[in-house]
Amino acid sequence: MITRRTLLKAGGCALVAYAGAPRFLLRAAHAAEASGKVLVAIFQRGAVDGLSMVMPYGDSGYAAVRPSIGLQPPRRGESERATDLDGFFAFHPALAPLVSLWESRALAVVHACGSPDTTRSHFDAQDYMESGTPGVKSTTDGWLARAVATRSAKSTPFRAVAIGLALPRTLQGDVGAISMQSLDRFDVRNGDDGTARQGFESLYEQGVRDLLHGTGRETFDAVKILKSARASRIAPANGAEYPRVPLGEALRQIAQLIKANVGLEVAFADMQGWDTHVGQGAERGQLALRLRDFGAALAAFAQDLGDKMSDVVVLTMSEFGRTVAENGNRGTDHGHATAMLVLGGGVRGGRVYGRWPGLAHHQLFEGRDLAVTTDFRTLFSEIATRHLGVPSAPIFPGFRSTQPPLGILA
Amino acid sequence: MRRPARGRAARAVAWAVLGLGALAGCSASTARAGGGDRPVAAAPAAVAPAASASGDRQIIHALSRLTYGARPGDVERVRAMGLSAWIDRQLRPRTIDDSATERTLAELTTLRMPISEALREFPRPDPKLRAQIANGEMSRQEMMERYPMEKRPVRIADELRAAKVVRAVTSERQLEEVMVDFWFNHFNVFAGKGDVRWYVSAYEREAIRPYAMGRFPDLVRATAHHPAMLFYLDNWLSAKPDFRVPVGPNRGRRAGLNENYARELMELHTLGVDGGYTQKDVTEVARAFTGWTIDRPQTDAHFIFRPMMHDTGEKIVLGHRIAAGGGPGDGERVIELLTQHPATARFVATKLVRRFVSDTPPPVLVARVAGSYMSTGGDIPAMLRTIFESPEFSSEDVYRAKIKKPFEFVASAVRALGGSTDAQGGMALARASAEIGEPLYQAQPPTGFADRGEVWVNAGALLARMNFALGLASGRYPHVSVELPALVAGADPGSPAAVLDRLLVAIVADQAGPETRAVLTAQLREPQITRLSPDDRGPANTDVAKLAALVIGSPEFQRR
Repeated sequence: MITRRTLLKAGGCALVAYAGAPRFLLRAAHAAEASGKVLVAIFQRGAVDGLSMVMPYGDSGYAAVRPSIGLQPPRRGESERATDLDGFFAFHPALAPLVSLWESRALAVVHACGSPDTTRSHFDAQDYMESGTPGVKSTTDGWLARAVATRSAKSTPFRAVAIGLALPRTLQGDVGAISMQSLDRFDVRNGDDGTARQGFESLYEQGVRDLLHGTGRETFDAVKILKSARASRIAPANGAEYPRVPLGEALRQIAQLIKANVGLEVAFADMQGWDTHVGQGAERGQLALRLRDFGAALAAFAQDLGDKMSDVVVLTMSEFGRTVAENGNRGTDHGHATAMLVLGGGVRGGRVYGRWPGLAHHQLFEGRDLAVTTDFRTLFSEIATRHLGVPSAPIFPGFRSTQPPLGILA
Repeated sequence: MRRPARGRAARAVAWAVLGLGALAGCSASTARAGGGDRPVAAAPAAVAPAASASGDRQIIHALSRLTYGARPGDVERVRAMGLSAWIDRQLRPRTIDDSATERTLAELTTLRMPISEALREFPRPDPKLRAQIANGEMSRQEMMERYPMEKRPVRIADELRAAKVVRAVTSERQLEEVMVDFWFNHFNVFAGKGDVRWYVSAYEREAIRPYAMGRFPDLVRATAHHPAMLFYLDNWLSAKPDFRVPVGPNRGRRAGLNENYARELMELHTLGVDGGYTQKDVTEVARAFTGWTIDRPQTDAHFIFRPMMHDTGEKIVLGHRIAAGGGPGDGERVIELLTQHPATARFVATKLVRRFVSDTPPPVLVARVAGSYMSTGGDIPAMLRTIFESPEFSSEDVYRAKIKKPFEFVASAVRALGGSTDAQGGMALARASAEIGEPLYQAQPPTGFADRGEVWVNAGALLARMNFALGLASGRYPHVSVELPALVAGADPGSPAAVLDRLLVAIVADQAGPETRAVLTAQLREPQITRLSPDDRGPANTDVAKLAALVIGSPEFQRR
């Protein structure tokens, strides 16, 4: 399999191209021609309470186990309450910005989704969900990286981008994914008049073809492409207003990358603060505030991209769900299954996917948690194959889905 | 400047040549002529023993692996002392005076605070305030007034970060600092998880530092008992099946077995993932550690063994039978079994060789180091000595083969520029390390930070390194001083080539590749680097800061 990095190491066409026209022009051309599907993955770190995000009000067991943090069932005309989705499930009222996307069938829910591994450790479960190999810690790369690496190589440093401090586990691997905190700070700064940037670039252009030099070259390519595409200047369209929280900033910039046509295939962002052990709240409170920012950021992203959303799928995930019953601190502890959202042009939305396992005591996993009826890999591999057009086997090694396809993408 | 010139190197030579035991007291501290905190300048080469090119290369290599980077004059100092004598000293840190570093750390009061005092000094906000903060019912300003930053427990980790930077930059016990970092990372806890916020500084002080150059089994024992580890990997909650909390706010709550610590103890602390244990062993080890918990976690936080939580039955661990009724001895017996296991020797040896030799540890050397572990009962200096004296360590293949992790890069940059920092500056430098990708004490997973180059090399991080280089060289980090004039002292500022030569010697020990040298030489022609005199009669001045930043940001300086 040829990836950009091996291409660089081998001194392939990407390097030959350098001799002639500025690389970024060539690459922009490449990118335009390859302009295709984009997958945006959003990780809700800390384990979101799926039972509050997408409330199963139709399950008679719900109210009894959540005396203080349970939501009131939806009632027509009362916007303070949860919004009915299909007569059984309802959106948390803080997700109001997503309702119109649900109604226009751009947004789907997969409930009771999670990992076959039973760990209730945040870091293990995140690790498994990012590597795509539950139960196997020795996997060195992430499933998103494998998904991109499996596609045919394209000459752009922007195939896989994470907005954040470090490269997340899921993008580590052989694709040369870029991590950046912000588009407009992605440059040599600190009062530089241009000499230092040019100096650094020359330093990495010469010499051996190792990881450092290769990354250095990619970096300055990326800096130039961003500058020439003026990506950070692209304003949100269609009156979209992103919430001023890290996820809003991340999605705003991912939209800029998409609109700048730099060849983006996969983008990643995460959001913290879902570990609501104490004082979770109900219609209002701690979790409601998180969900408000989360929903507003997703909705702004869809609005901003407008027609371009037809090529984009947004997939949200969280390492596990939370206990069905509230605990002694009006919160919830680490559980098992949760709910995930899929948003985008090709999504057969307006439906809640997956088999509902039920909240009666005998239906719970280990007598306390929502059981997993959809392996997260069933969902992820369906999106990888149908949206990105890659085979499932190398991306989720050893996985063979035992359930029928969800059919979530048209 | 006469006295500094007769520094440690000169005296060490006198000692070596004359064999004067009386001069043995001439340690690092007495060599600090001139009274300042900064290390003395290099002794003139004429006084030191004759330098051989390959000898210097070995010294440069050892400095790059055993320390947080060479300071100006370090190569000459080690040459004067003799490389093996210097390594010996680093292996016995208690014999090295480090009072100057301790003085710099004095203002960081939480470093010495017992946990109980930390819990008192930095009380958690009352539930009402917490709810108001969580609900967003309070303005940021109001919140800051009622709950100011300096009263928050985050200060404990902030001060620990500052101390880590100060020690890396200024401590004379460099190898010990490298090992404290290494073992903390091996037995990682995340400073942001719950009560670890209050425990993290005590954890390094009590469970890691005292044994960093001691015996490996002591590290396992100390971490296993420490509230920080008990909390981080949830063992404090682990109890026999169907245990019900008898008293306190959680009275009646059901608890049960938690395998988190048991699994990581075998996978990450001792045997390694391929160490030959089974899921059944994980469960049995977890049973052995039931009842190892924290006494009064929010006021006192001591280790306590609670018999009522303990599973008293028999356990079979790695084929060894632990008889029923062993109580707290069960866990001790498990630690004994694990730390005497050859898989542990191999796993620890692999990680040490990866840190000091290469990202791909040579199996032959790993086997030898594992042998040292088995024959010495896990003596850390013995394993390190095996590494340092090995041909693999001195092999050309591994010369500059390691990519510095962000913290190593930051500390080595300050050291290379002859810099120094106080505690405040330490916090700023810790933030720089975070921006480059290594937020100190904030590795969330129990695996800690990776020790492989490819993890640290990515676009955003590389730019952050360059921006740090520019900021540092131009003096933009408050409370951090760099000594550029001293680095290029004596070089004619009107001769840019001479200035560059000095910088390359000082920062990369004159080991820049021909391409880098050519690029930097070409840079000298840039008017922004070399300013011309007003009458245009040739170069008048060189932008030393920018040139130094380019060297710090060069590919060579990213390696050690």
